[in-house]
Amino acid sequence: MKKQKQDNPFNLVAEEIIFIILDLLNRNSLAIKSFSLVCKSFYAVESKHRCSLKPLRQERLPALLSRYPNITHLDLTLCSRVSDASLSLVSHSCASSLRSIDFSRTPLFSTYGLLRLALNCKNIVEIDLSNATELKDSALAAVAEAKNLEKLSLARCKSITDMGVGCVAVGCRKLRFICLKWCFGVGDLGIGLLAVKCKHLCFLDLSYLPITNKCLSSISKLQHLEELILEGCFGIEDDSLAVLKHGCNSLKSLDVSTCQNISHNGLPSLINGALGLRQLTLAHGSPVTSSLADCLRKHSMLQSVKLDGCFVTDDGLKTIGNWCASLRELSLSKCLGVTDEGLSSVVTKHRDLRKLDITCCRKITDASIASITNSCKSLTSLRVESCTLVTREAFVLIGQRCHLLEELDLTDNEVDDKGLKYISRCSELSSLKLGICLNITDEGLIHIGKGCSKLVELDLYRSEEITDSAILAIAQGCPGLEMINMAYCKYITDRSLLSLSKCPQLKTLESRGCSLITSLGLKAVAVGCKELTKLDIKKCHNIDDAGMLPLARFSQNLRQINLSHSSVTDIGLLSLSSISCLQNMTILHLKGLTPAGLAAVLLACGGLKKVKLQATFRWLLPLRLVQYLESRGCMFQWKDKVLQEKLDPKCWKLQLEDLMP
Amino acid sequence: MLSDNRIKAPVQDGVVNQLVQASKVQDWDPSAMLDNLSFLEQKIHQLQDLVHLIIGRKGQVLGRPDELVVQQQQLVTADLTSIIVQLISTAGSLLPSGKHTLPAATPSLEQSGQFGGVVFPSAQGPLNDGFQPQNAGGSKVSGLPNSVDISRKNGNEQNHIIEEHELKDEEDVEEGESLIPGTYEILQLEKEEILAPHTHFCTICGKGFKRDANLRMHMRGHGDEYKTPGALAKPNKESGSEPTIIKRYSCPYTGCKRNKDHKKFQPLKTILCVKNHYKRTHCDKSYICSRCNTKKFSVIADLKTHEKHCGKDKWLCSCGTTFSRKDKLFGHIALFQGHTPAIPLEEAKAPAGPSDQGDGNQSTNKVGSMNFNFSSNVSSESEVQSSTDIKGSIDDPAGYFSPLSFDTCNFGGFHEFPRPPFDDSESSLAFLLSGSCNYPQKSED
Repeated sequence: MKKQKQDNPFNLVAEEIIFIILDLLNRNSLAIKSFSLVCKSFYAVESKHRCSLKPLRQERLPALLSRYPNITHLDLTLCSRVSDASLSLVSHSCASSLRSIDFSRTPLFSTYGLLRLALNCKNIVEIDLSNATELKDSALAAVAEAKNLEKLSLARCKSITDMGVGCVAVGCRKLRFICLKWCFGVGDLGIGLLAVKCKHLCFLDLSYLPITNKCLSSISKLQHLEELILEGCFGIEDDSLAVLKHGCNSLKSLDVSTCQNISHNGLPSLINGALGLRQLTLAHGSPVTSSLADCLRKHSMLQSVKLDGCFVTDDGLKTIGNWCASLRELSLSKCLGVTDEGLSSVVTKHRDLRKLDITCCRKITDASIASITNSCKSLTSLRVESCTLVTREAFVLIGQRCHLLEELDLTDNEVDDKGLKYISRCSELSSLKLGICLNITDEGLIHIGKGCSKLVELDLYRSEEITDSAILAIAQGCPGLEMINMAYCKYITDRSLLSLSKCPQLKTLESRGCSLITSLGLKAVAVGCKELTKLDIKKCHNIDDAGMLPLARFSQNLRQINLSHSSVTDIGLLSLSSISCLQNMTILHLKGLTPAGLAAVLLACGGLKKVKLQATFRWLLPLRLVQYLESRGCMFQWKDKVLQEKLDPKCWKLQLEDLMP
Repeated sequence: MLSDNRIKAPVQDGVVNQLVQASKVQDWDPSAMLDNLSFLEQKIHQLQDLVHLIIGRKGQVLGRPDELVVQQQQLVTADLTSIIVQLISTAGSLLPSGKHTLPAATPSLEQSGQFGGVVFPSAQGPLNDGFQPQNAGGSKVSGLPNSVDISRKNGNEQNHIIEEHELKDEEDVEEGESLIPGTYEILQLEKEEILAPHTHFCTICGKGFKRDANLRMHMRGHGDEYKTPGALAKPNKESGSEPTIIKRYSCPYTGCKRNKDHKKFQPLKTILCVKNHYKRTHCDKSYICSRCNTKKFSVIADLKTHEKHCGKDKWLCSCGTTFSRKDKLFGHIALFQGHTPAIPLEEAKAPAGPSDQGDGNQSTNKVGSMNFNFSSNVSSESEVQSSTDIKGSIDDPAGYFSPLSFDTCNFGGFHEFPRPPFDDSESSLAFLLSGSCNYPQKSED
């Protein structure tokens, strides 16, 4: 043994250097795993090095925490439940090291556990309690014991009130970041107190709270506030804003989307002092007229403006064109009233635009695309979804002029193979969405496969002309592909899956409605794509239990699966229970599924968090079983949608529900 | 009117002197006093101007009929009377100890004539000197029995006490009194008299009034003879030169402990006691609290007091202070360092997850106890608390929450002061007595 130790060259390397190597490996979990399995000393080094942990089940916590003593960040989001016992274990074993803990989406812990955590882990600075809808004020009183807390997220904690927020405000004086989105019970008083007590606040998310201007005056006195989100605060209106002399001077980002009561009269009160404003979101608000746009004329630091869903006038857009600032990001998604003239006047002035979203601007034509591509050559992201008046020739311009594009959304457009040929010149492209592009064929995609080697995400939803050769070209040309959607591409066969099995990074595969693929193709993917986490094979009638067995064996990272309308039976499902990550399962309309088999499957898959089942099973499964599973952290969604008639291929566009993947 | 012996000096020596004297007395509100004095100053200046005017006119229009002279005289006298009354009330607020002993030991002035003569020998003399007109007043106007006349002076003062401060335990207070049967006169009013809304009636037009003072004000409209200072002044029937028989009251309800035929008869002290006792004990409770819709009262003042404090939500601070309104609690917390909202206990017992059945029970128990600890920690750790305590009696929460002490601690009688006294004689008197009533609680020793 001794000799062996001397032979190991890594013994001569300082631990810090190995740590640096591990830091570089950090992105690849498999690599880290392999490293730790080399030898005992590597194992020990890796145990010391790891500082963040994302366990799947709370049952493993004791072993994990004793193996990794230096955990600073604990992410419990994958655990279907976290009991108080686990929390007190955490609070004992990571008493001094733990700095951040994430409970979002994790139900079933009580005030007591939180209190233990807050009292024992003195150095904790970040707690995420999002989606704890049952969380009561008393739990916040426990959180308030964490005196060093800087970051707290309470999104969707619907049961908390001003009292709890008041406790946090008094207890956690160092708080810098707090998210109270959808905490409907919190009003002016709680927020006002928060602003009075926590002077260091720099991020404040108050979306959808029933607050009025009463708390705004104390918020405006916060010296360090940089980001303020007031989305959907309907109680804030022009008249009351007028009283406010000036908003926060330090403000850098403001979101007042869906605040329909804030117009050009009230907006200046919020932003007048904030000359450093960089980001402004006015989505779904009052119409963007020249008077509204005029409010922002002098904000020279402004970089990003989002006007999604607003009514936009030409004058408004022209005024935006005259701003001091040079915008980097502009979103006009689903804006009514955007015309060629208005859009051109904006893009010709803001030539530095990096991101432009003109989704569903249905009035714009080729002229807009021409002026966009002409002026904004440094665009990295362009979303042109459903701009139906834009002809196929215009897409050539995008490829010709915007070579820096990384993200391109052409869903539901007239783009054709020629357009794709030019778009393949964008060698940086990582995300390409070509859903419902009925004019594209294999030819165009072969160009993409040759030109865009950095492609990570490809959406071909219902681009029906696509066949195996296109997928082959993509799989060969884009080795980094992580996500592909081939839903309803009816000519796709097992050969496509075989070629995709050569993409080792593939995480998401959607082949819904590809009725030609079989278990054989699925097996190839399972073997080749170890990282697969999401799989949707709904309506793949030829996939049966034979496809499940390799999945169960090889796809140990699989987290979400949709098997509706396939030919899988009890046996195939039961085999899936060996995938410990599996959390989300949709199993509707499985002919071979029996109540007894289902019960066995549900019991065997210990990590399940969400199961979509037909409503008929609700009465066929023993009530006690359902209760037990629910107590284990599994949520049931009972669907009683009757099997739809086969859609008429001509009218599927109208079936908006089905449009959503 | 115990204060009168002290007030005599200020009347003669002037306002400044009064201030000097006043400063010797503890427990008075200087700012209210100052307001009051400046008001007086204004009044005096007005009167001065008036007299100047009269002098000037005398020079101009000589030989006018005597009527004018009489009118002017009346005007001046009325103004002077108002100033004097104002002065008395000002000085009255300075006499805590005297005020204290008066209502507790000697419930009515009649008694002070008897007992008080010993304790404050000088009390009666100066009073009569300074306020001659008072003796002259007091023409019997009401057709009510003798007993009601007593209430003319004391009854309406007592009324104020009740309405302002809700001496609910007044019946209890007098229980301590042990008068030997036979040493006092027992009066019994009929039910109709007790429930009558008005006790003072105008002999000319028949209009009814709750207070004698209001009636006197009303009488002015019936002719000049009612405008004389004597007619306007407070009737002071028993001048105190001869001792009066103590009067006690019996409830007309047979079988009641307060009825004179009861074996353990306990008399009621004043007319007001009779009224409130009868309404509370033998009448329907027709006033319902609009907030909780459950509490009922037969005396409207009781309802008002209850409504002040009614509210299902008691907003509680970690220091133990409760607030009837949430915004008040948050204002309090925003102001004081270390104070934090206290979460009610029942809520603190969060449901343990159904899966935690193993340690579920245990943990819920702990939650409760932890929470106790938790809140007590908070209150003890905040050393600021002691300095910022507004109310001193937090150690005794039971006493703290009782509405009576809450009332007396929080609301002094001074709120209503700055009103000009003669515009509404009621309110000026209210001030006088509410102020006096406020003190006893503070200077218990």
